[in-house]
Amino acid sequence: MMKQVFTRPESLKDVSTHFCPGCHHGSVHRLVAEALDEFGLRSQTIGVASVGCSVFLYGYFDVDVIEAPHGRAPAVATGAKRARPDRIVFTYQGDGDLAAIGMSEIIHAANRGEDITVIFVNNTTYGMTGGQMAPTTLPGQKTSTSPFGRDTSKDGSPFKMAELLSNLDGVAFSARVALNNPKNVLNAKKMIKNAFRYQVEKKGFSFIEALASCPTNWGMNPLDANQRVTDELIPYFPLGIYKNTANM
Amino acid sequence: MPTATLEKIFVKGNEAVAMAALEAGCRCYFGYPITPQSDIPEYLSRELPGLGGEFIQAESEIGAINMLLGASATGARAMTSSSGPGISLKQEGISYMAGSELPGVIVDIMRAGPGLGGIDASQADYFQATKGGGHGGYRIIVLAPASVQEMYDLTMLAFDLSDIYRMPAMVLADSVIGQMKESVTPNPRPQVVLPSKEWVVRGRADGEPQNVVKSLYLGDGEMEAFHWKMQSRYQELADKECRWEEVCTSDAELIVTAFGSTSRIAKTAIAMAREAGMKVGLMRPITLFPFPRKAYAALSVRCKLFLDIELSTGQMVDDVRLSVARDADVIFYGRPPGAGSLPTPEELFEQIRKNYRACA
Repeated sequence: MMKQVFTRPESLKDVSTHFCPGCHHGSVHRLVAEALDEFGLRSQTIGVASVGCSVFLYGYFDVDVIEAPHGRAPAVATGAKRARPDRIVFTYQGDGDLAAIGMSEIIHAANRGEDITVIFVNNTTYGMTGGQMAPTTLPGQKTSTSPFGRDTSKDGSPFKMAELLSNLDGVAFSARVALNNPKNVLNAKKMIKNAFRYQVEKKGFSFIEALASCPTNWGMNPLDANQRVTDELIPYFPLGIYKNTANM
Repeated sequence: MPTATLEKIFVKGNEAVAMAALEAGCRCYFGYPITPQSDIPEYLSRELPGLGGEFIQAESEIGAINMLLGASATGARAMTSSSGPGISLKQEGISYMAGSELPGVIVDIMRAGPGLGGIDASQADYFQATKGGGHGGYRIIVLAPASVQEMYDLTMLAFDLSDIYRMPAMVLADSVIGQMKESVTPNPRPQVVLPSKEWVVRGRADGEPQNVVKSLYLGDGEMEAFHWKMQSRYQELADKECRWEEVCTSDAELIVTAFGSTSRIAKTAIAMAREAGMKVGLMRPITLFPFPRKAYAALSVRCKLFLDIELSTGQMVDDVRLSVARDADVIFYGRPPGAGSLPTPEELFEQIRKNYRACA
């Protein structure tokens, strides 16, 4: 008799996603779902979706979901968690959502030490709207609204969110991970579990920044896009734990 | 927390709102300081922690309305409050709440505008409140108190209507009503049968359906179906929930119409007119959405002259004109809001006298 060694996480639905080939959103979804499964949290979890490619969270995760206005997921999650402190609340946001229009909401939710987990997917571009310049677009990177490359003298430099948030007293855990190779995927899984463990143990705000590829808007095939994460994203956005108050 | 007793208390309008919210079972408040409503967050920051509630002074009015959205999505009774500039910021969240069929109470203590304007009383945010202040074509319930007692009672009503009709409800007052003190009977929360909130996000247990609170409708026909559903809900509101006050309208040759603080001044002017032998009455809408159209239509069958008075250059007057019979005249008198522009009873009496003569 065959033994099944790999299954879909219980916290994910058995559906196809709309994500493009080679996009890392699917991997991040899976790791979050595995973390929820392994802590047995599926039936206690409220997800907060943001605006962008991550808006369809409710279509893929088999948990209750609130769809937040653009950038406001940390404020929506704050309201939900304060009203239901017995639930696990996480947001899932892209770089335009979290680091541009939602900068105020994320900074203040983090600074209040809200007992929520934020999954931040940084692919250096606005994916859903067609590849415009994001707050994390790399210097010189060409996008549909930086056709000559990001000019840091006019556009500023990319925000390093994992580092920035780690400076706030309210943040208990902040780490940056990547999904570009098996080693990094395994480490990402560990970090995401750590982030949720902080919430389970009511230790405060936990933040995961996941570097991700966006082959479609980068104008690359999936393999080249994956290589760009290695060659360009990780050197600019170093992986690692930036805050770990409980040393988990 | 002053529990509901029937002993009268002497409080500010803004405090009455906060007390009524607690009596209505609201345990989540999210706000941001702005004059002339800051008594509300100040009161609730004192009282909510002791009741096991949550008070957050948010990073912005945008933050506050989205906290309201999140708390409401879990089924909690929640409230926010602000004034002009802050209410403008909240419009994004109000639109999302309307699109997500979420209840929630928003208190707007109007001040003069546009822009930073001033802190004096205004009724110039009538359009913003009643016509759908954000994007997408929606309405919310709008209640207009004219006394501190009504600040209390209508706040509780706002929570009930909001839950029953699954849409945001606004208490629309101004700095006169918000800041003045009057004696109030802190009535107990009305006994209302409320629908169960089976739609809330709660953590999907095994065997239970996934609940999603969202406003994105991409499927063919989905968005249109949502709008038709809301249109029938607005119609149900209009059929069942219109509230208004009439004073001396049965024999009136001229009916003054005004809401909120302006109606208080108008009442004094109407008393002066009655004393002078003029048959003048008052029609005061209490629900601005739904607007009591049928009540206006009924009044205008007999009385053909209406004098609409507002602390603005004319906003509600549009709804009055659309509501009265075709052969009824609606005259407008208003002043733009701002320091020194609150009309006196004598000034309104003069308007009544002038127009009453014209119709005689």
